[in-house]
Amino acid sequence: MAQKKVSRTIKDINRKIKEGKIVVVTADEMADIVKRKGPRKAAREVDVVTTGTFSPMCSSGAFINFGHTKPAIKASHVWLNSVPAYAGIAAVDLFIGATEPAEDDPLNRVHPGQFKYGGGHVIHDLVAGKKVNLTATSYGTDCYPNREIKKKVTLADLPYALLLNPRNAYQNYNCAINLSKVTKYTYMGVLKPNAGNANYATSGQLSPLFNDPYYLTLGLGTKIFLGGAKGYIIGPGTQHNAYAKRGKNGVPMEPAGTLMVKGNLKEMDPKWVAGVSMLGYGCSLAVGLGIPIPILNEEMARFTGISDEEIFTRIIDYGNDYPQGEATSLGQVSYAELKSGMIRFNGQDVPSVPLSSYVRALEIAHILKGWIEKGEFLLTEPQEMLPTVDRT
Amino acid sequence: MYSKMLSLRFPKTVVNEPITVNLVKKFDLSFNILKATIYPRKEGLMVLELSGHRKSFQRGVRYLKSLGVKVESIGQDIKRDEDKCFQCGACTAVCPTGALYIERPEMAVIFDREKCSACELCVSACPARAMEVKFDRSLVY
Ligand code: SF4
Ligand code: SF4
Repeated sequence: MAQKKVSRTIKDINRKIKEGKIVVVTADEMADIVKRKGPRKAAREVDVVTTGTFSPMCSSGAFINFGHTKPAIKASHVWLNSVPAYAGIAAVDLFIGATEPAEDDPLNRVHPGQFKYGGGHVIHDLVAGKKVNLTATSYGTDCYPNREIKKKVTLADLPYALLLNPRNAYQNYNCAINLSKVTKYTYMGVLKPNAGNANYATSGQLSPLFNDPYYLTLGLGTKIFLGGAKGYIIGPGTQHNAYAKRGKNGVPMEPAGTLMVKGNLKEMDPKWVAGVSMLGYGCSLAVGLGIPIPILNEEMARFTGISDEEIFTRIIDYGNDYPQGEATSLGQVSYAELKSGMIRFNGQDVPSVPLSSYVRALEIAHILKGWIEKGEFLLTEPQEMLPTVDRT
Repeated sequence: MYSKMLSLRFPKTVVNEPITVNLVKKFDLSFNILKATIYPRKEGLMVLELSGHRKSFQRGVRYLKSLGVKVESIGQDIKRDEDKCFQCGACTAVCPTGALYIERPEMAVIFDREKCSACELCVSACPARAMEVKFDRSLVY
């Protein structure tokens, strides 16, 4: 007997959320359901699949307005806890980037540098409700005569604070090894010589963009979990590349799509926006991000049903190749293999090490699931889709 | 940057030497004295935290030993700040004893203190700086 094809809209889904009849599962549960029942049955049963990722995401930062002072100032240089912020905006606006180190940081003068405090830590301290020292200097104008201010601010005092991350949630990332003879300190963590370890990022089957590989359901205006609060996708992130090499299942096998996201910093939780220090590399911000994927049809059930054995990435040498700008793939490895703790590389067993927290990623998928089930979170229609490629 | 808590025992012949000044000037080290006592028979005991480049640190300690000072490092303990640790697993790349390991399939990162040798490699390799060195203060006070 031919059964009707599954087709639902975001409106249908929101109606079900309001009626308390919504069926939400996490992406790892969906992998299991699709394996057991097939995508058609899964599509009939499940309305929404929640995803999550928690990882250092360097391209992050915050737009802050610190309010007018008496006498007034047109800030040209600003520091937050001695971390320089970009002040070339309006009088009292600034952007603090996650990777900016404190001005007096010894950097890599004693290699590998510690990078104890930077922009990511400032954002974390603000979200944690801590007082932050703000210093601003200026050349003085007729309308803004003040040349220097120093004050302590908390997030609550700031008139406006927006987390705005130009590139988050990378769809796939390299697996990094080091084929040189010395230890390398990279943004992919500590890499021991002679392929001593293989570091990887992304939460595999839980990772948002692995569950919608062609960006069919998300774009500008999609509501997401960001830093413990509700945030939005506002477009493709920097370096978004839909043309990356894809497997037969449509899933990219190298770094591909990225997202630009925003959210109200004042609503966030320090657990989900944490300052980090990458030894010998620099400061960053670990960001928690989760996206609900609407199961509009059988195809979306198939996409969200993907599991770690079907997701592959490439192995790149960060000892010699990558620093030279040569990202040559030395082979493919699946996330199932990476998560097992050991990969096979050139006939050698290499311990694999995650940089992205699977435990936290799963927690995000569950929080998002809870919000939707309780009717606290409705899905939104994207107003403009991300650049993509034709499905194969 | 390298830093360790040391206990120094001086024979009476060196009590009058400007040892700490030399550590700073000749070896470019900085220190923080936690305890300094001169016993009746004129021997001295000092507990200090000595910091600087690893190489200068080693040269400084060699200098102290050449003067007849007994140098011992004070018991240290590694702790994990459970609020700061976000369970990524990056530390498992450097831990030589398997004290930090991943429990599968949950992917939870476990810290087994019994297996920890206090080598401190995880302290700066942890992006969240959740691994902390605690000194055994009972030896100092
Ligand atoms: S590297 Fe740090 S944050 Fe990550 S699991 Fe280890 S102790 Fe926890
Ligand atoms: S101090 Fe050394 S042995 Fe102990 S947990 Fe850290 S890396 Fe492992």
